[in-house]
Amino acid sequence: MPGVSRRPLALALLALAGALAVALSLAVGSVPIRGAELWAVLTGGGDPLHRELLLSLRLPRALAAFATGGLLGLAGALMQVLLRNPLADPYVLGLSGGAAVGALGAMLLGGAAVWVPGAAFVGALLSTVLVFGLAQGVGGWTPTRLLLTGVVVAAGWGAVVTFLLTLSPAERLPGMLYWLMGDLSYARSPWPAWLLLVPAALLVLPLGRGLNVLARGPLQAASLGVAVRPLEITVYVLASALTAMAVSTAGSVGFVGLVVPHMLRLALGNDQRLILPASVLAGGALLTLADTLARTLLAPQQLPVGVITALLGVPTFLLLLYRSR
Amino acid sequence: MTVLTTQDLVIDIPGRADGRPLSLRVAPGQRWGVLGPNGVGKTTLLHTLAGLRAPRAGRVLLDDTPLETLKRKRVAQRLALVFQDRQDGFPATVLETALIGRHPFLAPWHREGAEDLLLAREALAALAVDHLADRLVTTLSGGERQRVAIATALAQTPSVWLADEPTNHLDLHHQVTVMKLLRERAGRGAAVVMGLHDLNLAARWCDHLLLLYPDGQHCFGPAEAMLEPTALARLYGQPLTMARVGGAPVFVPADPAPGASDDRP
Repeated sequence: MPGVSRRPLALALLALAGALAVALSLAVGSVPIRGAELWAVLTGGGDPLHRELLLSLRLPRALAAFATGGLLGLAGALMQVLLRNPLADPYVLGLSGGAAVGALGAMLLGGAAVWVPGAAFVGALLSTVLVFGLAQGVGGWTPTRLLLTGVVVAAGWGAVVTFLLTLSPAERLPGMLYWLMGDLSYARSPWPAWLLLVPAALLVLPLGRGLNVLARGPLQAASLGVAVRPLEITVYVLASALTAMAVSTAGSVGFVGLVVPHMLRLALGNDQRLILPASVLAGGALLTLADTLARTLLAPQQLPVGVITALLGVPTFLLLLYRSR
Repeated sequence: MTVLTTQDLVIDIPGRADGRPLSLRVAPGQRWGVLGPNGVGKTTLLHTLAGLRAPRAGRVLLDDTPLETLKRKRVAQRLALVFQDRQDGFPATVLETALIGRHPFLAPWHREGAEDLLLAREALAALAVDHLADRLVTTLSGGERQRVAIATALAQTPSVWLADEPTNHLDLHHQVTVMKLLRERAGRGAAVVMGLHDLNLAARWCDHLLLLYPDGQHCFGPAEAMLEPTALARLYGQPLTMARVGGAPVFVPADPAPGASDDRP
């Protein structure tokens, strides 16, 4: 069948792209580090300055970027299948709004930077529960009702965010705006993101074929033996947790979760068993690359990475869409 | 070989009275046609028989096991439903679509094997859509998509077939192909139930009929006993004339004689 033969090759190429993106982000910066020196440091030797620069600054940031991109790519792919809507993205259910209110609230109250990711995480989960609760109407939730509830709740959060921004003292505004655009200089440690990403990516692999069937609609899926409600709830909870972790690591980085699964589907077809792992790798590679650009394009000035993902994502996406059938 | 039984089944159509409970036994080898006017609940009945909708009362059994106590996957290994309409959130190819018929037989970590691929390809060939294997289903015509849907059910190798308007969108030749296929499946021991709006297809291809009346009443039995023009006229609220073509009954709407009372002013 189509996709079977391309599957290992596509995943290998994406993994290679991810590794190259990480290597590039380690090598590039205010102090360029060449390949041989990079290798020396990674194998335990090298110049102490390079060591310090790589191991305590660039490597954690590159790993955080990769994990955040992977989380967003996977969450986007899952949300699109769950809502059976190719326009869905990880934030469609109001998650980033809740996270933004949490994060900006923590900043406004003058909380230490340590508290911001935690507050964002709590805000995101709160929004998930709120949307899911509100979407329970007569006869339980449906994808359409969930989507509309999410869109409306997101609009509500947007108003609260604007309100918080108007209340904030001017000197705090740049930090807040950077957070809203997504910025990896907030990433303190890449490990929580990786600790969620790796098991989640392994967990979704056996769900892939069931999700392929679910994409044909819930009745068809049920008639083919899929336990539809448990699968949908698993996907919802998982995608929400992935997004909450991504947002609390790097702020609300846009476009990765929407564009990455979409580009992969245009190139590789609709088999979720391929699209889900590919979304992790491609999301990670894209965000790592974007973050490298964000901190080098106007160095020493750093750009919010969300600007770069949008500037890269929009034309690539439009080009692919234009060339597709 | 599976027997599909209903015990005092009342299907759940919102806002409608219970009607008479249905106790039906569909044995292997039988071809049942479900007839009734639009909106009478043919689709709801088929969905209830497949366990996709809870009945208001009574129950459905596969052999002697109540459907609701079986896992969906176990049900899907024995029973297939061809839907009247279908949605494609994300377009897949024709071959991928036929292959999802193998889903109930595969463990989560398994990929489709050579045998599954063979079954899917044979099913596509049986419905004469094998040449479209690599096309996206969204690019097909309505009749081609209908044949792909039936091929998907065929790849599922069910012993109970539930088919909701299996001849939808099909031209006469493919109507015959599909009906012959279902007859052949029944000949090999499958139990077949199809919802039909075309009385003549039912008269020609079904050996048992279930008539659903809008007031919640029903009657069922062997086809030749049920094909009674006055009973069918009452079913559809439409006078019918029966003719015989090559020995088989054919029904056409009766043309009211000039001056006879009808809908026209």
